[in-house]
Amino acid sequence: MQAYLVRRLLESALILIGITLVTFILLYLVPADPARQIAGRSATAETVQNIRDQLGLNDPFFVQYWRYLTSLLQGDMGRSYLQRAEVSELIAARLPASLLLMVAAIVTELAFGLTIGIVAALRRNRPADHGLMIFSFVSISAPQFVIGILLLYVFAVKLNWFPIGGYGTFAHVVLPAVTLGFLGAGWYSRMMRSSMIDVLGQDFVRTAQAKGLGKARIILRHVIPNAILPIIAMIGIDIGLFMSGIVVVESVFGWPGIGQLAWQAIQRIDIPVIMGVTIVSATAIVLGNLLADFVAPLIDPRIKTK
Amino acid sequence: MSVFASSATGEPRRGARTARVIRELLMRPRSAFGLIVIVLMVGAAVFAPWLMPHDPFEQSFDGLSLVGAPLPPGGEFPLGTDLLGRDLASRLILGTRTSLIIGVLANGIAILLGAGVGITAGYFGGWIGAILMRFTDLMMAFPALLLAIVLAAIFQPSLLIVALVIAMVNWVQMARVIYTETRSLAQHDFIQVQRALGAGHLRILFAHLLPHLLSSIVVFGTLGISTTVLLEATLSFLGVGVQPPMPSWGNIIFENQTYFTTAPWLVFFPGAAIVLLALGFNLVGDALRDILDPTLKGRH
Repeated sequence: MQAYLVRRLLESALILIGITLVTFILLYLVPADPARQIAGRSATAETVQNIRDQLGLNDPFFVQYWRYLTSLLQGDMGRSYLQRAEVSELIAARLPASLLLMVAAIVTELAFGLTIGIVAALRRNRPADHGLMIFSFVSISAPQFVIGILLLYVFAVKLNWFPIGGYGTFAHVVLPAVTLGFLGAGWYSRMMRSSMIDVLGQDFVRTAQAKGLGKARIILRHVIPNAILPIIAMIGIDIGLFMSGIVVVESVFGWPGIGQLAWQAIQRIDIPVIMGVTIVSATAIVLGNLLADFVAPLIDPRIKTK
Repeated sequence: MSVFASSATGEPRRGARTARVIRELLMRPRSAFGLIVIVLMVGAAVFAPWLMPHDPFEQSFDGLSLVGAPLPPGGEFPLGTDLLGRDLASRLILGTRTSLIIGVLANGIAILLGAGVGITAGYFGGWIGAILMRFTDLMMAFPALLLAIVLAAIFQPSLLIVALVIAMVNWVQMARVIYTETRSLAQHDFIQVQRALGAGHLRILFAHLLPHLLSSIVVFGTLGISTTVLLEATLSFLGVGVQPPMPSWGNIIFENQTYFTTAPWLVFFPGAAIVLLALGFNLVGDALRDILDPTLKGRH
């Protein structure tokens, strides 16, 4: 276990360094000239050249990359080209909003997904099961911006139950969280359904029945806890899904998180900010995967760590 | 020796096998529905010029109300008009082409790339395999949509570029599945025997490994079209995918989203089209997985 842990940590660190390299190469290829953007349209060629020198944009690629990587390892992500601020400050200011949204979305998708999965498994091959599974197929086939706009139309514009966008109160978080959780609910309901079906077919369930335990007690005390564990272990993997989702959902709802920060930075080609958000997102994804890897064997000792 | 027989006689019966799979798909209500949706959508894309009630690019004068607002569904324009007075039904039908072309093209590239990387890494193993699979791990940790948006924003989006960008993001899943399968197949005796008999790498790859990987490629290829369609819609919605005036379901919503409170049909119809097409491929892909993988029988 110890050796496995160390190896996975090292691998993750290498993956993150690889991601900084790939992103750096991609952004190096961007045809826009950051120096001209900073200087503005009316700047002279000399000014632009000075800015290029200051930013070190005239250095060879690997010199630039090495400089970025070494300062990154010291916690310095550089300065935004277009906003007068450190990238790390910009991200730190936006991160709490995104984390709040993420937690709310996980709660939503688990609440819906697990309930649907449990009901479908208990009503296996009956109309309720078919109906719920069709719902879960629709939810994994719907793009988040469509769900978001429809929810806004029905619940904010027509019914006026929730604000049309923004940030601050509990009411603000509901619609974006449901939008983000909708897709996950579809996946979780299907996984929970087949996990329940697996557990329902196992010997200890038959033993419990033979002992004369009531059906409700068997399901609540024995089946559901066993079926949920392997599902819970997968939450870490979801983080990748969220990191992609927040770019769209935050811009639909005007949610001031790192997704919107990323989207604004991409539109204006603010390279240090794009780099920063990509690295933070990738770190979250890698940590999520690590978490899933470490939690799974704790929950189910049959999963070997090799 | 039966393995030799099965891989030799498997070839001529492929037609019969395909027919059997299609029959099974039609017998299940969900996948039958999915298949019908796909056939109708492909039909709409192929026969678009004859099906469109209006010119999808014409900003018709009758297409806007007296105050210049888009028209609701009904009458001359069955699904209403957009903010420039263009017929929404015609734009949606032409948009089917965009979605399917990108879906098939991007997914085709992703399959080639993913299967290629997976087979190479799985069959040769060693340092080639290690490098390829570490790179795949790296791509898995990339925030996919962020990568796609950055790529699309770097290059001037055209149909081909959008398809390439999506393929660059989507090949990873296929690579991992194929890698795992190739890895276990390569250990099997029948592959070892071929190698001992002196068969070349290419012959083993194409004549002996590929036929066994076909089921997975078909299943994940079908499911992949759904992912591709959704990703194209999302990129176009953000304005970095298919560029107007060429209609795509995503960019129809992008162009009209400011009107969604007063003209919700401009979001509702294209949104429904996206969900329907993605749903069709998801339903068929899921059923194919059941049909082609006998170990899963009875679990769903």
